[in-house]
Amino acid sequence: MIIGNGPISHRSTPSEEQASEHLRFIRDVMERSASFTAVPGWGMFVVGITSLLAAWIAAVQASPEGWLTVWLIDAAIAVTVAIFTLRRKARRCGVSLSSGPGRKYILTLAPSMVAGLLLTVALWRAGNLDVLPTMWLLLYGVGTITGGASSVRTIPLLGICFMVLGVVSLFVPHVWMDVLLALGFGGLHIGFGLYIARRYGG
Amino acid sequence: MEGSISFGSMKVLRQNLDPLIHARVRLGIVSALAAGETLSFRDLKTLLKTSDGNLSRHARKLEKAGYVECIKSFQNRIPLTEYRLTSKGGAALSAYVEQMERMLKMARAVTPD
Repeated sequence: MIIGNGPISHRSTPSEEQASEHLRFIRDVMERSASFTAVPGWGMFVVGITSLLAAWIAAVQASPEGWLTVWLIDAAIAVTVAIFTLRRKARRCGVSLSSGPGRKYILTLAPSMVAGLLLTVALWRAGNLDVLPTMWLLLYGVGTITGGASSVRTIPLLGICFMVLGVVSLFVPHVWMDVLLALGFGGLHIGFGLYIARRYGG
Repeated sequence: MEGSISFGSMKVLRQNLDPLIHARVRLGIVSALAAGETLSFRDLKTLLKTSDGNLSRHARKLEKAGYVECIKSFQNRIPLTEYRLTSKGGAALSAYVEQMERMLKMARAVTPD
């Protein structure tokens, strides 16, 4: 970086190179300050593993209530793991979750998750559980895309993959739902989690 | 001829450069806050890769000039210092960027390809 730590003397006019360096520095800082990079890759990986197990256990449940219970337990485990690993990575990276891009990431990700939970309760009370996998995949995809807008580029891509699976779930027989949930919450989390862990340090 | 006009204009631009943000750390603070709404002291320290003392010194200068606002609170009983860009600070950054862009244009105009 050409610009120094202290003020540059006003006796010397910044050259073309210096002026463009100043502008590049401003753009770079603005980009980095608006981007949340402490996404926990290993946390995603663990969530993927628990979701694969959940898909397997849920598929052998005799009742729809049993099936729903398994997925709700998995969701609770996933949220706990996500919060724990997110906080840990944020602390390690020296970024705050209560201000700036960290807060923006959470505030954009959380509403669709809350909406998903509330709609799950509403649909369970209405006795319509068939639509849940589609709704979960689509809402998680939406949340991940919006949250990812202020994060690393990989996150919106993960959201798009979830939305694609959500769309696919509209056109396949219901017996395939656990496979799609396993592919999404299991496979995608494992794949993207490993990539993020390697590419973004954990 | 073009060179002499540019030289005069450059001189005016040079004289108008805001000394408060014409320094790397202060320019970094203002730029970061322009994009990141509010940022904590820790966020800024990590982002600009600087020491506590250096960041604190530069932030205080910007605060004194009314370019940034310092918000002190507690989070889980731990003191939290956050900064926010004021409208004066935002205007100063816009003016600075505009000046740099004009200097760049002028320098390109007088530099043969």
